[in-house]
Amino acid sequence: MTDVATSHDAPASPTAVAPLLTLRGISKSFPGVRALDDVSLEIYPGQVTALIGENGAGKSTLVKILTGIYQPDAGEIAIDGRPVEFGSPHRAAQQGITAIHQETVLFDEISVAENIHLGHAPRTRLGLIDWGAIRGGARKVLASMGAGHIAPETRLKELSIANKHLVGVARALSIDARIVIMDEPTAALSYKEIGELFTLIEMLKADGKGILFISHKFDEIYRISDRYAVFRDGQKVGAGMLPETPQAEIVKMMVGRSVDQIFPKHVAAPGETVLKVEDLSHPTEFDGIDFELRRGEILGFYGLVGAGRSEVMQALFGLTRPSRGSIVLDGQAITPQSPADAVNAGIVYVPEERGKQGVVIGLPIFENVSLPSLKRTSLHGVLRLKEEFDLARAYTERLDLRASSLSQDVGTLSGGNQQKVVIAKWLATGPKVIILDEPTKGIDIGSKAAVHQFMGELVAQGLAVIMVSSELPEVMGMSDRIVVMREGRMVTTLENKDLSAEALVSAAAGIRGEDA
Amino acid sequence: MTAIPDTVRPSRRVSIRGLNFALLIFVVLYAMIAVLQPNYLEAGLFMNFLRRAAPLVILACGQLYVILSGGFDLSMGAVVTLVVLAASMLIGGDPAMTWPVIVALYAMGLAVGLANGAIVAFLKVPSIIATLGTMLLVNGLALAWSGGAPRGDLPDNFRNLGRLVLRDVPLVGTLPVAVIILVGATLLAGWGLHRTAYGKRLLAVGDNPRAAELAGVPVKPTRISAFVVSALAAVTAGILIGGFSGVSVNAGRGLELQAIAACVIGGAQLLGGRGSVAGALFGSLSLFALFTLLNLLGLPQALRDSLQGVILIAAVGASVLRHRRST
Ligand SMILES: Nc1ncnc2c1ncn2[C@@H]1O[C@H](COP(=O)(O)OP(=O)(O)OP(=O)(O)O)[C@@H](O)[C@H]1O
Ligand SMILES: [Mg+2]
Repeated sequence: MTDVATSHDAPASPTAVAPLLTLRGISKSFPGVRALDDVSLEIYPGQVTALIGENGAGKSTLVKILTGIYQPDAGEIAIDGRPVEFGSPHRAAQQGITAIHQETVLFDEISVAENIHLGHAPRTRLGLIDWGAIRGGARKVLASMGAGHIAPETRLKELSIANKHLVGVARALSIDARIVIMDEPTAALSYKEIGELFTLIEMLKADGKGILFISHKFDEIYRISDRYAVFRDGQKVGAGMLPETPQAEIVKMMVGRSVDQIFPKHVAAPGETVLKVEDLSHPTEFDGIDFELRRGEILGFYGLVGAGRSEVMQALFGLTRPSRGSIVLDGQAITPQSPADAVNAGIVYVPEERGKQGVVIGLPIFENVSLPSLKRTSLHGVLRLKEEFDLARAYTERLDLRASSLSQDVGTLSGGNQQKVVIAKWLATGPKVIILDEPTKGIDIGSKAAVHQFMGELVAQGLAVIMVSSELPEVMGMSDRIVVMREGRMVTTLENKDLSAEALVSAAAGIRGEDA
Repeated sequence: MTAIPDTVRPSRRVSIRGLNFALLIFVVLYAMIAVLQPNYLEAGLFMNFLRRAAPLVILACGQLYVILSGGFDLSMGAVVTLVVLAASMLIGGDPAMTWPVIVALYAMGLAVGLANGAIVAFLKVPSIIATLGTMLLVNGLALAWSGGAPRGDLPDNFRNLGRLVLRDVPLVGTLPVAVIILVGATLLAGWGLHRTAYGKRLLAVGDNPRAAELAGVPVKPTRISAFVVSALAAVTAGILIGGFSGVSVNAGRGLELQAIAACVIGGAQLLGGRGSVAGALFGSLSLFALFTLLNLLGLPQALRDSLQGVILIAAVGASVLRHRRST
């Protein structure tokens, strides 16, 4: 595989810029896994280097080494050709490296401004924290990224996931760094915020910063990156310049085979109505939601971040109380008061924020998967190991989970593989209706195809799926019908036939188009 | 690494690392005891050691449930005191009263556990504060009830639970009743925690309450149940302590902290999610071996108390370090 790549390496830098950051022979092992194996990489000033690889390839591990969270077992790091060592995150920041991590590390109980400046707060001459400067600085950096709608005084926990994510980005940018690392920065954002983030990246590039960009979305990679490096099983298997290298070639390096990107077209033969929602309303989040979901159907929910899609789903799952309206499941009106009620009735919800709401990191994979299905895998309350393992194996295998064994603690899995565990866990309950909130967020291209394939099969068996997704190709490729929401209201419901991406986007953004 | 290897056989590992650590400490400490007093290696004296350690082991098993659910139970020692005092006053030396009173003692424990759990689950008071409150309350009530100078005596059939030793038992020679209770309680606690759906829900609640709630786990009842288990364990321990130490207003002093320390030595993670009954068992035995050792060395009681503080801090510190290194 490596020889494919080197051909691109040679004519790579016509202007012969010296790399800003150089990694040589970096290795890192965890019990049972070689996460990074003799990896070398360069980051150039004024350029974006895309880091590409399957779930568990070692990308985030590299990021954690570069930011001083993990210490490498071997290898060296140099900035401007001078060797450096990052004993701690603080040292890495001092050396001019900042990162937006895949699992954002922010604090719910303090304000946005404090989160942005935590650890590098501006001081007054007396050495006290300069609150005015903190708020002012926060406002400035937020505005510069087009996130001026987030007030620096708000407590973080009051923000939506997407906005929290933007705060994470702002935090990274508030550190005046020379090297900016972004580990799946767009995973929680819709195309509008992604656009703003990309404008910002262009600005950083113009400033001469070196950027390392990790993403599973190829359109983004091609849009923003100058170079790429591909990791597979902890090794670098290729690198080169970007617009020149075709996607198919990169995908092949990454998974070792070509991946069919075509969405599995399940035969849409929807049966009778399973779920009927009428005039569902919430005091602040959404109003007048009406839709029907049929057996064997995938109903897509599309909209901008903050359109209220997740909030509707949370009401269906008993997490919030609607103020008005009815939910009818299989002809029976239900009012789920808690997730337990919803699960018992046959509605399950795979939340978007899987880290905090999805996995129990101290339990192994199979115990995570069986957690909501314990009634089925145990006998009179006594666990049956084999049943649990069989259940976990059946579902995780179909979702292409990569782990050293089903007894591995979920906390030690890569981000994308944790997502797969959460999806497996909910599918394993055998629900009537499953609500998937951003089902393939953070999942690599090969596994994504596996997830879509599996969804198609379950639907063919009569499962009804609601899929909230901000990813246009996914919504358009998988849904039978698409509900478009904007600012807490339903804009329209579209049959997914001869639909154009533009029509969908303008409906979501509220631009009056000829077809909305 | 590719897909999950097919060769891996189902296995349920309990946190081996914490267990090994506690087991090692216990073996080392017990060896030191044996150096000072070689007859501790005889089966009879070992059984006696277990007999005296039994209340601590049982307390630690109960405390473990609360720790794994993400809390602390500081009221355990007070419940022990209450049990000892209430037993002496209610039984009043009448052997016929023993069994009815034991039922009443468990009912009291149940009430304390439910109160602790309800305060934590419904009023959302941090468990450390809530159980500190019940600790003061229960202690105060017990003292007021007994008037500070407990009347009444414990009849032999009550005290036998803690001090009777069966003789001429095959294999082990002597077998204290307390050791039978110890084994039974430990097995029950281990089974409940590691082999039942309930135990797994408890671990999930302690590790990530939000994810557990979304998975349909009844979070509040699960939390409450942990405090009930803990209180019932305290009643059991109290009955044994009343048996071999007799009646005293200080019967349960400081036991809650010893139980917490034992769990932590045994690898339980404070604030929940990780830990095992086997770990708590060897953690308690280690702690008790240490006390025995200090006794043999003739250290005064006051110093033993401060040393216990040091151990608690060291054990928690070590567990934090161990945990950090593993991530
Ligand atoms: N703390 C840890 N303990 C044990 N194994 C770990 C730990 N952190 C990561 N790993 C393992 O190292 C490998 C690389 O993980 P990493 O998070 O770097 O993957 P990634 O490329 O970022 O994947 P993703 O696209 O899913 O985010 C995985 O096999 C993972 O299970
Ligand atoms: Mg990652």
